[in-house]
Amino acid sequence: MATETAAEGCEACPAHHAGNLIKLGVNMANWDYVVALAGNPNTGKSTVFNALTGLRQHTGNWPGKTVVRAEGGFSYNDGRYKLVDLPGTYSLLSTSLDEEVARDFILFGQPDVTVIVVDATRLERNLNLVIQVLEITDRAVVCLNLIDEAKRHGLQVDDRRLARDLGVPVVPTAARQDEGIPLLIETMSQVATGEVVCKPHRLQNETSAMRQAIGRLVDKIESVFPDLPNARWVALRLLDGDKRIVEAVRTGELGDLSRGMASGQEFMSEVAK
Amino acid sequence: MNAVQSKADEILSEAAAVRWEAGPNFHDSLMETIYTDASQVADRAVSRTGEQPRFDLDRTIDRLLTSRWFGFPMMLFILTVVFWLTIEGANLPSSMLATLLIDNLHTTLKAGSADLGIPWWIDGFILDGLYLSAAWVIAVMLPPMAIFFPIFTLLEDFGYLPRVAFNLDNLFRKSGAHGKQALTMTMGFGCNAAAIVATRVIDSPRERLIAIITNNFALCNGRWPTQILVASIFIGGLAPAHLAGLVSAAAVVSIAVLGVVLTFVVSWTLSHTILKGEASAFSLELPPYRPPRVLRTIYTSMIDRTLIVLWRAVVFAIPAGAVIWLSSNIQVGGLSLAEHFIDFTNPFGLLLGLNGVILLAYVVAIPANEIVVPTILMLTVLSAKMAGLGDGAGVMFEPDESTTAAVFAAGGWTLLTAVNLMLFSLIHNPCSTTIYTIWKETRSAKWTTISALLPVGMGFVVCFVVAQVWRLLT
Repeated sequence: MATETAAEGCEACPAHHAGNLIKLGVNMANWDYVVALAGNPNTGKSTVFNALTGLRQHTGNWPGKTVVRAEGGFSYNDGRYKLVDLPGTYSLLSTSLDEEVARDFILFGQPDVTVIVVDATRLERNLNLVIQVLEITDRAVVCLNLIDEAKRHGLQVDDRRLARDLGVPVVPTAARQDEGIPLLIETMSQVATGEVVCKPHRLQNETSAMRQAIGRLVDKIESVFPDLPNARWVALRLLDGDKRIVEAVRTGELGDLSRGMASGQEFMSEVAK
Repeated sequence: MNAVQSKADEILSEAAAVRWEAGPNFHDSLMETIYTDASQVADRAVSRTGEQPRFDLDRTIDRLLTSRWFGFPMMLFILTVVFWLTIEGANLPSSMLATLLIDNLHTTLKAGSADLGIPWWIDGFILDGLYLSAAWVIAVMLPPMAIFFPIFTLLEDFGYLPRVAFNLDNLFRKSGAHGKQALTMTMGFGCNAAAIVATRVIDSPRERLIAIITNNFALCNGRWPTQILVASIFIGGLAPAHLAGLVSAAAVVSIAVLGVVLTFVVSWTLSHTILKGEASAFSLELPPYRPPRVLRTIYTSMIDRTLIVLWRAVVFAIPAGAVIWLSSNIQVGGLSLAEHFIDFTNPFGLLLGLNGVILLAYVVAIPANEIVVPTILMLTVLSAKMAGLGDGAGVMFEPDESTTAAVFAAGGWTLLTAVNLMLFSLIHNPCSTTIYTIWKETRSAKWTTISALLPVGMGFVVCFVVAQVWRLLT
């Protein structure tokens, strides 16, 4: 019947599902998926966070506003999502407290999807972080935010090209105006549920010496921890002499990752101060 | 356990071996690789449409706000306008709230309880102690906060704070502190406890400690009302009526600026004595100006900042009201506890250009700086034994400026007392929430103690010096 077809047509459309978004605020017991929000400072992470959770995490136009993790929840298509707003950082390599909070969560918290919010007007600098995050996790969505500002400055960002180069979905948004948020939710849920599988970008401009060294170490790590999801990244960190990761190898914390023990929920209760 | 250990050692020794092959500057090569990749991907994705606009508004505004010559005057000008709007705008709603909550509601409640025959001490404790302190805090704090916070948040949304940081960065560097301290200091103008959490953006522990210890010199919203009230009664009162608001605003701004100066002085001293070291470099991003979303900002700053801060103040004011009422009504040897304390500390207070009442008020107000002025008023009435004001001992009454002025006069207040009260309100120990936050952030009893005692010691010294010089000159 005609009505049924119309209903089916609606079911297939993301706009229909966007209506199923229920903002849960801080009420988020028993979540099904954990979503991490990463990104450079002042790219609008907190604005995206507020748009999804209905919370009013304070936003401000200056870098470094969020220094602690903020958490909130939303429910979408019968799935309950827990959203974690990480401190804004330019990289995940150095050792300041906020970078460590962000890095540890993406690595040990093992979120089901990491949404990387980037500033469309400063894409190159923002991509440094994106590339580092993609080394850690396969499940990521790039939220190309401030697209309205980019237009105002006469910049055009080819989001499809970007998605192809990065190997993860890219969603253009203007979070302050709520533009693109429904599509962002749809996309992140597809990645979280495994409906969309990413083939993330890997470093391409390494020297051959680097490539060989990384390869050897990855082989070693994989032979010891066969199920570790990001052996390559661990290898990079060990070669860089990252004390935190050396420690994680030594204490067996990293081994727990490969056995899937450090699942999001346990991690929370352990790390929560 | 051993199995884990040996596996781990296997990996680590392999890493150590391989690191030799990877080249000497692995970290730098890695960074370079990441940057190259990023720039390639970005190049392919981004294109420019049309020509660069000839007139760049952001640049032009920046040239003015961060200019070598206009930057500081613009900052002072903007601050003064914000406070002037706050002081002028808060007057009317404050007195309306006072009339409603204190003149009308309190009188009605008192009459009602008298009709029901409730004993004087229950009625006094609840209505004169608990209720009045809460009502006072709402009447004094709600209007200025409801004006100040939205304006401040609009400035923040617009992107002005990083420009303030940019202007101050050089001074911070010269005092051996981190430039980002400018940001945390600016946050301290809202709330010191929140700002102390925000010092996490500073990587070096040395510079972070300096930022934590000196944050108290950023006048927080708990102290703005004290400054604003005392300034409008004593300093605004000296000026002709049409200038009073502006003069009071200027006085408040001077105190705030003094706080900034003290921040530099103390940072410099710390970084040249117990926290020696070089200032580390950092890059400060000046974000683009964004037109603030006015309605949303006003809404969220009302809910998130104003009401939450107000709620906190009320929560602390209610027990303080109880303490005040009890200490004024429990008699030992013919005098109340409060009077004993006041008589005991008065000589010391006078030496500092303050008095025993103010010192007691600060002790009562350690949980929340917001309630200093109401406490002082109440205690002054009590100790001056003024007739007809307040309905008995330990009653907080309405913030009507002429009455307030009369109370101060009866308590033997002079312009010196007012000036020193403003100074002491700027320079004293942080509130208990802030002290607790400092402990949580540093986990160090030593630095928490220093952060708490250093300012109060400085406050005593500054007030003492001002009082002695003042008395020499007059």
